[in-house]
Amino acid sequence: MHFWLTMMFAPGFFTNEPVMTAIVVGGGAAVVSGVVGVFTIIRGQSFAGHALADVSSAGGSASFLLGVSPLLGFMGMAIIAAAVMGFADMRDARERDLVTGIVLGAGLGLTALFLYFDINSMSTSGAAITVMFGSMFSIPAAIIPLTLLVAVGATAAIVVAYRPLLVGSLSAELAEVQGVHSRVIGLAYVLALSLAVALSAMTIGAILSTALLIGPAAAALRLANRPGSAVILSIALGLAATWGGILLAYDSFYWTPGHGWPVSFFIVTLVLLFYVAATLVAHRGLGRARVHPAEVRSS
Amino acid sequence: MFAGFMMNTWIVATMVATVAGFVGFFVVARRSSFAAHVLPFAAFPGAAAATLLGVSELLGLVAFAGLGVLGISQLGRNDRREVATALCLVSLLALGTLFLSMTREYSQGIYALLFGEVLGISTSQILPVAVMSVIAIGTMALCFRPLLLDSISPELAAALGVSNRFWELQFLTVLALSTAMALPVVGALLVFSLMVGPASAARSLTDRPLVAALLSVCIAVVTVWVAVALCYLSNWPVGFFVGALGVVSYLSGRLCRRYGAASYRLSPRRLSSNAR
Repeated sequence: MHFWLTMMFAPGFFTNEPVMTAIVVGGGAAVVSGVVGVFTIIRGQSFAGHALADVSSAGGSASFLLGVSPLLGFMGMAIIAAAVMGFADMRDARERDLVTGIVLGAGLGLTALFLYFDINSMSTSGAAITVMFGSMFSIPAAIIPLTLLVAVGATAAIVVAYRPLLVGSLSAELAEVQGVHSRVIGLAYVLALSLAVALSAMTIGAILSTALLIGPAAAALRLANRPGSAVILSIALGLAATWGGILLAYDSFYWTPGHGWPVSFFIVTLVLLFYVAATLVAHRGLGRARVHPAEVRSS
Repeated sequence: MFAGFMMNTWIVATMVATVAGFVGFFVVARRSSFAAHVLPFAAFPGAAAATLLGVSELLGLVAFAGLGVLGISQLGRNDRREVATALCLVSLLALGTLFLSMTREYSQGIYALLFGEVLGISTSQILPVAVMSVIAIGTMALCFRPLLLDSISPELAAALGVSNRFWELQFLTVLALSTAMALPVVGALLVFSLMVGPASAARSLTDRPLVAALLSVCIAVVTVWVAVALCYLSNWPVGFFVGALGVVSYLSGRLCRRYGAASYRLSPRRLSSNAR
């Protein structure tokens, strides 16, 4: 038993401070992304979620310049972008696709500009890789309280608005009939979405945070036959992928001496494995795919 | 600004803008902004892979762009298109992070591949881009009508015996090839921004598809010229200017549409209301 434990957890895993910070921050990101991700897929806004994550990297790269906490940078930019996207006319699907694309292009342009200033002013040539691909083991421990606050806040917002949000996501007409203000609900959702992507952009990097947002939720929606169980399954899969990825990355220092494999790579690989497994299981007919409006109405 | 070493930049930027403007017309018509974003960004790890294996950079880019097309079209069969596209992007990028961690010397090149370094283009880079531009524009021009029909009304196209899947694959392949070729020269961000911004303005200015496509090319070329000139003067990254000009294009398109100019929408609703 002891042998297998040391095989699994390389020495020092539980006493290493950067690892503990990564576990807490990554766990927070996985929980929020898991909850928000289910709604993102049901609402068909994966592109918007991905765009917000990418645009938030502009805030991340600006935070180096301003000397503020990176989380504040990521969050600030994500919220600004979400407000711009929400301000534009989003009822037409074509318009939504275009506005998202335009905001994404402009946001990434800002990222390029800020990174250029970063590289020039303080010769942090690694900033591009840190911001875009994340470096989990270099997150400062001081950021934990703020991270947990954001994670709890965003999750609580979704839980409070759970019922109307779900109804509004599945059918806007039904929501109107039931007296739900779909605009208010939409705004609350977009706010939670921007908090979720800011958290995961900071942990596994701006362009990979989409994996944590979409992957576990897509897998969960294949397996679960009720929205509630999809949310819980999505959280569980996200946590398993994040913590498993951290563990594998830590152990990889011992496989290839002196050279660790990137955490983000392991997290995304695990997420994809879960998705493929879920697809196979759903194909065998063991789970019923999709949440259907009729089920919500009857439940 | 027009010194000898800048000539290559002007030539290549113009070619890339021409292709991006033309392909961008279909990107907007097909609502494929996400795919247009994903293919350049998913292709760039191919460059790192190629360095690792010691093969030509272009080969790596084309291979990864091909993987992206396969992923989007295959995964898209049994899940939502957006979800498939997102998962495809992250899986290729995850490979990219792995390769990057193995080749430390490559990390400098990342910034250039993502955001572009247009001010140092060698003469040997012109020919591949030119060949690719001709192929991409030629294919799109030959398939203009069926592709347009499939973009505007997939149901009508299917009823007329046009295979939606075939055209989707065809479109993605051209998109992938044209981005792979331009990537090492101008960066992933610039290719993407040039595909969305100019075409979004063009669709608001005219009702006729062919005119819109040509207008989109013109706006893209002007955008890239202004961006390169500003980049030369300020030394700021060119991707920033192209992104900002994309916002300008989009907003001016919307203003034109609001204030009386011809409203141009390639939507089935409009087609059916015309028929009535």
